[in-house]
Amino acid sequence: MNIPYDVIVIGGGVVGCLTARALSRYQLRVLLLERGADVCSGTSKANTAIIHAGYDAKPGSLKARLNVAGNRMYAQLCEELGVLSERHGTYVVAMADEELRTLEELRERGKQNGVPGLSIISGSRMLQAEPLLNPQARAALYAETGGIVDPFMMTIAAAENAVTNGVTVMLETEVTDLERQDGRISGVRTDSGVFSSRFVVNACGVYADTIMAQAGLTGFRIKPRKGEYYVFDREKSRVRQVLFPCPTPVSKGIVVTPTSHGNTLIGPNAEDTESRDDIVVTKQGLDEVFSGAQRLVPSLDKRDVIAVFAGLRAAGSSGDFWIDAPAEAPGLVNVAGIESPGFTAAPAIAEYVVDLLRECGLPLVPNRAFNPERKPAPHFSELSHTQQQELIAKDPRYGRIVCRCEMVTEGEIVAAIHAPVPALTYDALKRRTRLGAGRCQGGFDTPRVINILARELQVAATAVTKRGFGSELVRRKTKDIGTGGMGE
Amino acid sequence: MAVIGGGPGGLAAAVAARERGAERVLVIERAEELGGILQQCIHNGFGLEALGRDLPGPAYAQHFVNRAHETGVQTLLDTMVLEITPQRRIYATNSRQGVIELCAGAVVFGMGCRERTRGALAIPGTRPAGVFTAGTAQRLVNIEGYMPGRRFVILGSGDIGMIMARRLTLEGARVERVLEIMPYLSGLKRNWVQCLQDFHIPLQLSRTVLEIRGTQRVEAVVSVAVDDRMLPIAGTEETIPCDTLLLSVGLIPENELSRRVGIALDPLTAGPIVDEGMGTSVPGFYAAGNVVHVYDLVDWVTLAGEVAGRSAADYIAGRVRPAVHRLRTCAGENVRYVVPQWLDPESLALGAQQLQLRVRRPVEEKVKVVVTADGVEIAHKTERYVRPGEMVTVKLAPELCESLRSAQELQVSVLKP
Repeated sequence: MNIPYDVIVIGGGVVGCLTARALSRYQLRVLLLERGADVCSGTSKANTAIIHAGYDAKPGSLKARLNVAGNRMYAQLCEELGVLSERHGTYVVAMADEELRTLEELRERGKQNGVPGLSIISGSRMLQAEPLLNPQARAALYAETGGIVDPFMMTIAAAENAVTNGVTVMLETEVTDLERQDGRISGVRTDSGVFSSRFVVNACGVYADTIMAQAGLTGFRIKPRKGEYYVFDREKSRVRQVLFPCPTPVSKGIVVTPTSHGNTLIGPNAEDTESRDDIVVTKQGLDEVFSGAQRLVPSLDKRDVIAVFAGLRAAGSSGDFWIDAPAEAPGLVNVAGIESPGFTAAPAIAEYVVDLLRECGLPLVPNRAFNPERKPAPHFSELSHTQQQELIAKDPRYGRIVCRCEMVTEGEIVAAIHAPVPALTYDALKRRTRLGAGRCQGGFDTPRVINILARELQVAATAVTKRGFGSELVRRKTKDIGTGGMGE
Repeated sequence: MAVIGGGPGGLAAAVAARERGAERVLVIERAEELGGILQQCIHNGFGLEALGRDLPGPAYAQHFVNRAHETGVQTLLDTMVLEITPQRRIYATNSRQGVIELCAGAVVFGMGCRERTRGALAIPGTRPAGVFTAGTAQRLVNIEGYMPGRRFVILGSGDIGMIMARRLTLEGARVERVLEIMPYLSGLKRNWVQCLQDFHIPLQLSRTVLEIRGTQRVEAVVSVAVDDRMLPIAGTEETIPCDTLLLSVGLIPENELSRRVGIALDPLTAGPIVDEGMGTSVPGFYAAGNVVHVYDLVDWVTLAGEVAGRSAADYIAGRVRPAVHRLRTCAGENVRYVVPQWLDPESLALGAQQLQLRVRRPVEEKVKVVVTADGVEIAHKTERYVRPGEMVTVKLAPELCESLRSAQELQVSVLKP
């Protein structure tokens, strides 16, 4: 019934989207499936958004190798895809003399992993770099290749660029089982039908082992580990540097970092959880995050908080990334256990997957039409007044501000709704345009955005959602009590 | 003169400035019509103080919109101010003219306030659809014509929350509870009576939301009693099924533009530090209404806006002499803040002045509001009760001018007799 794909990638996180893009360099039919209403709906949207230098992971591990390799790819990738990133280095701060040895160990491990540009600096130099830092800081490990990235746009831009180069993206499509033929994995069964393919790439994040189990693979399990975060108003608190405490055996610790949009972000804690959708923020978790962050930056003030959230690390039972093309399930490539430094490693993981597919016999004929560049949509607030004027002259909708805190225009919103990977929900618009991401958290823009989404998608306002089916924002028209008045 | 914001504060300032002789007065408003938040406040109760009439919000707004047109105030609607320089150069944008550059002889801030959000409270739980601030829900229901939910829990006993409890009930929804973390009401008592009691909506004091539940849409909230340090008391949890949580947990003056101009803000009010003429720390910049501190009645916003508008008109005409000596006002016993923060004693020579304050704690019996100058009582009044939700004013008579010329600090206290 349907023409088989060469590769189906399951999962529209950063790994899936970058893999789809990497595959679009070749003459292949590629399908990316995402069960959420948008790409970047899982772990990729809720993490610390740091480009790690690579001194953390155990030498010789896949994590170490792909972290360092991914780090090297970031500058060009962000340039090609038009994604915000900053490379001002990162710091691990020692607050006591006994932690100085940890810095030495990390530097040594970094050297073994092939990380360039590691140095230990004095507490006073550290304080110069970050005046908000606790003055008791003794010393710091400075990693000059570290940085930060906009995790939403990295993922979305990768998907958009993949689509531009011929990849098909299907949203709100959940894989329910794998298809088999002649002992091979031959496609996927979804809630929107069956799709066949020569290869299936499992990039399902916290659900990676569910897919593996469907293929009869039981040697690996995902052990989700939750992390909680606070975001601060950028007009109020503003750290300049990425600050790690000295790590513990289970975690890199509570980080204080700027985001690529200038907000201060603190977190995460680390809590093992049984559930794969436990993104519940808890009071205990938040308290742990706040007190941890205050050790680094004592001036943080809860009154300046604008949002809290939680994310799940897709940690695996092996402790390392688990990327393989198992002989027991030919046709399947697993990309599992992608926890930190997964976001940094993602570009290298994508290349690694392409290599695996080549080894498995997928012919890779270069796609001459491949265009690595994605022109980012204009952000009104970042333009000069002259550029703003030019934009409005071309499209008057860029003159109307819909989100007052982040100064997002109707033009940007409409452009995102009709982009190669369309923003179909409020949250999808938020990740692309930053509307509702400011201090009023959507209080002002929500009614306006509901109307714009309804108009552009040609649906009723009651069908406009926050993040897909079931998350409708309004219930019914007023006076229209026939469709559900006094509760249920 | 440029007025940023066409709500009640800005409109009052614009009209007063015209009446004071300012020739070209422009109101810049981001919405498509003037009136600000009043346009979505379709309940009555507006105008008792300022107009001697009981009007719904849009009618109160219309009164001042008409006055603005009668007095020749110019307006720019659907226009957002992007930037203001300390030299009063204003950049604004709309879809008709693009980026506009203006130069003003004086600027009056009338940006009003915004609502505190879920994020600011850091309420634990999931992050589903169905969590709105009360004002956003009010706009959805009264302007856009949509019901945001069917079964509601309202956190916070602010006025907008209580008014929405009634409004939603009238529109066929069920309001299960209004929860207030403090042991007393945060809004006006009349709203408790008219909006909650009359509609049998329970108000639970000293209770808050412990957790929000639901994956896609709110499915329930868990409420909990709090102790006198506002910490949850284990064992008092109650799961309340609902599909919407409304927040009415406080308003914050909207001062991002003021901050970027470099205007000094008061951390207690979150508004500009002002003098008796509503002048800010930067010459030529004035502030009108809720942008200074959050008023409980719009009538007070109008009156404060008029003061700001007259001062700005005087500044443009060169009638403002810098104060030789100013008194600092400050909050004493059971007072959270006092506005204005600065007072020129010479202003009393022109007429009485008013100090506005909010108390920290309610007192449901007779109290004495005392003003001291450097420790010496100079004025007092009696109030039958004081509540944090209701602003208190105290007048300084013109006769005090002489004695205050040598004083440094005015302190206001609210004392039990």
